Formats: sequence, structure tokens, C-alpha cells
Amino acid sequence: MTYLADVVALTRKDLLLQLRARDTLPAMALFVLSALVVFNFALPVEESRLAALGLLWVAIVFTALLGLGRTWAAEREQHVLDGLVLAPCDRSAIWAGKAISTFVFLALVELIALPAFSIFFSPVSGATVAGVLLANVGICAVGTLFAAMSSAGRGRELLLPLFFLPLVLPVVVGGVGAGATDDPLRYLGFLALYDLLFAILSWASFEYVVTE
Amino acid sequence: MIRARQLEKRFGEKRVLRGLELELERGGFLVVTGPNGSGKTTLLRLCAGLATPTKGTLAVEAERGRIGYLGHEPLVYRELTALENLELYGRLYRVPQRQERSGMLLERFGLWEARDARTGTFSRGMLQRLALCRTLLHEPELVLLDEPFSGLDVEGSALLERQLDELRADRTFLVASHEPERLQALASARLALA
Repeated sequence: MTYLADVVALTRKDLLLQLRARDTLPAMALFVLSALVVFNFALPVEESRLAALGLLWVAIVFTALLGLGRTWAAEREQHVLDGLVLAPCDRSAIWAGKAISTFVFLALVELIALPAFSIFFSPVSGATVAGVLLANVGICAVGTLFAAMSSAGRGRELLLPLFFLPLVLPVVVGGVGAGATDDPLRYLGFLALYDLLFAILSWASFEYVVTE
Repeated sequence: MIRARQLEKRFGEKRVLRGLELELERGGFLVVTGPNGSGKTTLLRLCAGLATPTKGTLAVEAERGRIGYLGHEPLVYRELTALENLELYGRLYRVPQRQERSGMLLERFGLWEARDARTGTFSRGMLQRLALCRTLLHEPELVLLDEPFSGLDVEGSALLERQLDELRADRTFLVASHEPERLQALASARLALA
């Protein structure tokens, strides 16, 4: 119960920070809309549904990357991580709070992105929506961990994409597969498995990331 | 409470601490002095568990949640209010009756009127006062203070001196300061880093 209460307190703090700072969320929303508009003009008139679906995932992954780059901004700029790390709470609660708040931001941005995709390209199926939600879990779990790792070093703008993009390739494969095939359950199961595996790995390894 | 033997800390090629021997008994008040770059901050970070020694041993007889650490930065979120920051730390540090404790500390350090203001609007001195509130919130048994008078005005400095005097009876202090004369009456030992 105490662990959950810590996670809730940390998530609430992150949501409150974003609500007040209003920097990351509008930037993510603007980016994903801009990307979809660019793709709309870049694709040939007789574009295939599959190609458009692929571009939706490109937009989602790079929007997530934009948000993840700012995930630890408050802790980094105001050096608050030292204070959190010194607290007697389980350090993985810090990761969990961040991952959940990042999930909320990404889901909010997708509330704009998916209808926009339907307008520009083709209607979004239920399987695609389920794929997006499952993919968000994996993206946020892995991304939050690697954002923390890269935020501690120099050249974090370079490090995060280098770590993050190869690791979310399976998410793109699963997400596109869920929306493009007649048997989405196989791909949704694959995404769920990815989420479970990487959430556990990220949760367990965060302690080592925040200690020197 | 703190025992260091042949303590060494390097950052890459740069050696910050070398062969440090230190012994601080429970209830002691150690003032650490030295020029910039002599390793005062590094020593405090090592004692807090925020860094690990490169060589030697360091034993600190205080659990993670029983250490109060005041660094160069206030370690507070600028988009949260003073009270919200203390509430968050109180929750994570398992402070019983944290609302009352936060309020009492804010009042003691002259920040009660500013409790609902975001700390991003605070002056350097107000941030330092809030950082002191955060450091003492969970009633730590080991208090590590890095330049505690930094940014404080005359009134704030006098207030801090009074607080340290009150608290030193049942706590162990390790204080790094460029103004050791302020702490002369409180210090039980002094360590000069070169």
C-alpha cells in the first residue's frame, strides 16, 4: 500500500508539474499533428492504407521521443533527483510515477492524433487503438528508463534516440501488425508480452540507473 | 556515526579526495573547511550516499531515510508551491503528521506567508530557507549541510544559527562552510581539506 501511495504521489506531482508548466504536452500535440499533415502531403494520392498506417506509427514513436526527452527535465534542471533518491521509498516508485505520467501525456496526444489520422488517411480500427494503448505501455516503460539514463550524461539529445529507437522496433512491428492483419490478437499478444517483459526489466533496473 | 579510512574519490583523472581519515561520533558537530575544489561537497555527497568512493572505506551509521542533506541546490520543484514540495517529501520520507510538521517548519523559517506561492518565484534566500525546511522535515539523525548560510540575509543567518544550536543536542552534524567562524560555538571538531 505504501508503495502504491508513493507511486500515486509521484504521478500526481508529474501531472501537476505539466499542468502548470504547459510545455511538453502542447509541443507533443503540435508535433504529431504537423507530422501527420506532412505525411498527408508526402504520400502519393493513391497511397495504400498500409503505408499510411506505418506513418502513424512513425509519428507516434517520434512524438513519444519528444516527450521522453523532457520527462526528467524538472529533475535534471532543478537537481531534484538527489532529493528523491535519498528518500527511504523504493526507488522504482520514482520510475513508475514517471512512466505512468508519460503514459497519460502520450494517451492525451493520441486522442488528437488518431482522429486526425482518420481525417487525413483512413478510419482507425479498434485493433489499431488497442495496439496503440498496448504500445504506449512498452514505450513509456522502456523510454522512461533510458530517458533517466541519458539525462545523467552529456549529449543526452543524442543518447536517448540511440538507446530508445532500436528497443521500440518490436512495438512498431506489433502495432502495425495489429492494425494491418486479419488476426490482430496475435500481434496484440506480442505487444502485451513485450510490455510485461520490458516493464519488469525497467522496474527492476531503475535502482542501478539512479545510483552512481 | 561516520568513519572514513583512506577515502579517495576521483572523477575521471581528477582526484578530489585523497587518503581522507575521518571519525565523527554520534552527537558530534564537524565543520569542514577548505578552498573551492578541495572536496567538501564531494565528502558530503559520499556521506549522503549520493556518490560512491573510488578507494577506501566509508561507514555511515544512519539509514537512507534518516539523513538530512542540504546541497548547493534546494532540491525542490519550481512549479510546485512551498507547501506542496514539503508535502511530497513528507510523503516519501514517511513523516507522521506531515501537514503539521511542514507548517511548523515553514513558520519557523519565516515562509508561512509564502506557503502557497510557487517556489519558482522565490528569491535565493527564500529557496535556501525552504531547502532547510526540506532537510529537517523528517527529523534526521545525521544532518549534512553544504554552505547552509549561502543566500541567507542577516536575519536568516541568525535564525539558522539558533536552529542549529537547538538541534545539535540530539543530532549529528557535518557542515561544510566557508564561514567557520559562524559555527565556532557549535563545532565539536573541525576538518580542513586542502
